[in-house]
Amino acid sequence: MKREPFFWISVSCGIVIMAFIILPLLQLITAPSLGMLKETIQDKDVVRSIWLSIYTAGLAALISFVLGTPLAYLLARSAFRGKRLVESIIDLPIAIPHPVVGIAILSVAGKNYWIGQILSELGVRIMGSVTGIVTVLTFVGLPFYLNATKTGFEGISPRLEKVSRSLGASMFSTFARITFPLAWRSMLIGLIMCCARAISEFGAVVIVAYHPMIAPVLIYERFEAYGLKYSQPVAVWLVSISLILFFLLRILTLHKVKE
Amino acid sequence: MITIRGLNIDLREFQLRNINLEIAENEFFILMGPTGAGKTVLLEAIAGLIPLMSGKIFIGEREITGLPPEKRGISIVYQDYALFPHLTVLENITYGLHFHRTDKTHAEKRLDRLLEVLNLFDLKQRFSVNLSGGEKQRVALARALMVEPKVLLLDEPLSALDPNFREEVRNALKRLHQSSTTTFLMVTHDFVEVLSLAGRAAVMNKGRIEQTDHVKEIFEKPASPFVADFVGMKNLFEASFHETYAVVSGLKIEIGRIADPSLHYLAVRPEDIIISRETFSSSMRNNYSGIITQIDNQGFYYEIEVSVTNVSFKGLITKGALIELGLEEGIPVYVSFKASAVHVF
Repeated sequence: MKREPFFWISVSCGIVIMAFIILPLLQLITAPSLGMLKETIQDKDVVRSIWLSIYTAGLAALISFVLGTPLAYLLARSAFRGKRLVESIIDLPIAIPHPVVGIAILSVAGKNYWIGQILSELGVRIMGSVTGIVTVLTFVGLPFYLNATKTGFEGISPRLEKVSRSLGASMFSTFARITFPLAWRSMLIGLIMCCARAISEFGAVVIVAYHPMIAPVLIYERFEAYGLKYSQPVAVWLVSISLILFFLLRILTLHKVKE
Repeated sequence: MITIRGLNIDLREFQLRNINLEIAENEFFILMGPTGAGKTVLLEAIAGLIPLMSGKIFIGEREITGLPPEKRGISIVYQDYALFPHLTVLENITYGLHFHRTDKTHAEKRLDRLLEVLNLFDLKQRFSVNLSGGEKQRVALARALMVEPKVLLLDEPLSALDPNFREEVRNALKRLHQSSTTTFLMVTHDFVEVLSLAGRAAVMNKGRIEQTDHVKEIFEKPASPFVADFVGMKNLFEASFHETYAVVSGLKIEIGRIADPSLHYLAVRPEDIIISRETFSSSMRNNYSGIITQIDNQGFYYEIEVSVTNVSFKGLITKGALIELGLEEGIPVYVSFKASAVHVF
């Protein structure tokens, strides 16, 4: 059967896109020698920064989970005036340039603003602290968790919850026995996306906290100070460890489904 | 058993206005009405799933207006089954037991009986994706009845089923109703279901109840033009009444009794209209000659429209009769019906 030209155009575009994504990453991963990789991972600064990246991103995802789940449920289940506005506000962090996010957060946390004053009285420091990093990462990651989870809740018929209520289950029991078991997969995908977004953040973090150094900042510093060759091994370790973590999470949860 | 007083509801798409209903214990009551009449809204309001604007709902002597759905003892079955997809058939059916303190042997007995009546024994360990529509609806029924509700609400439970499954589930419903003390309140617009299941029924239109009565009365003596049209009284005319006859667009129709001159409408069911090629000499008080304007094939029956001066009557005949009488559009025929077949309101 003769294919339409459109088919071949689609295939060609697909090949270009695949190459565009895969080639740079492949080149990055294969560039450093094994010896260099080994040397890099023994460097305490590298280990510290990768660990900091992972756990601040994890904390951002955890905060998104705790604060975001009820809101995602509300948005999926109820119609109210201004719902569109709320949804647009949630998407704002995706659209704002990253350094602007950092500057905006610093201006709220500064001494000239009431939130900053309260924070400083409580002894909480945003500038140059882990708290600051987590704040920024939550800001940029939250929309991804909210949207994925909201879509998950929307996919569950409200009638399932209504039937559950009529059979004697309270709202809380209904959520625990019906809604959550049906939505947890979407929530997990939301968490992974939130985490992935947080781990890759650079522009906002570098403004709020250059130190302590998360991995992307360290990579940038090595690149600036020593050049491409010295930044590559750190990048490879960050990418590999993140990928392995996400992969493990997926495997663990897929395993649960089979049971 | 269920008493609804002055119920009003305001949702964006639906409004219910001044709903009053009394349904007796263990009655099989049916709510009829066109799509968008507010039948489902009324069911969900009774179940506590939609807030009321005003009005009161009682079950027996107990007022339940302010109670959350889980405290009402009312189960609901939807058209689309709403089975929990992550639970097996058995887990679905016994779901409600988590929240009810029930004696274990009693619950087991009840489960066995429901599995038997609804023929679900072999499906216990299956998930709902692997069930047919009829099987799903039988599971939904078992789940709803497992908690021994005082009231069972059914929202068009048979509409989504294939015709052969429909009869099977309908019979199951009948058996379940007869063998329990639960009050059944079902929404449908299928007359076969109404006639075979219900004792009494109500007809809803645009958020209001137009008529509440025994099913037979609703079909034979509709209280309003809307109900008459809804239950298939196709020959519905505005009329003026004088002693024992009525006048419809200049046509005199005998009604065989003295009618209240303040009435406005007259109706005759299409199956009470007799169509013939020659004058029908019998006790029929109403005989007219007219011309066939339309013949409409309705599957098992043909609907014949006959125009008598400016009034057009619709009658139903079988295919055999159509061929035997040699009826075609445009030929002259006689239309007759008994005075007692004329319904006035």
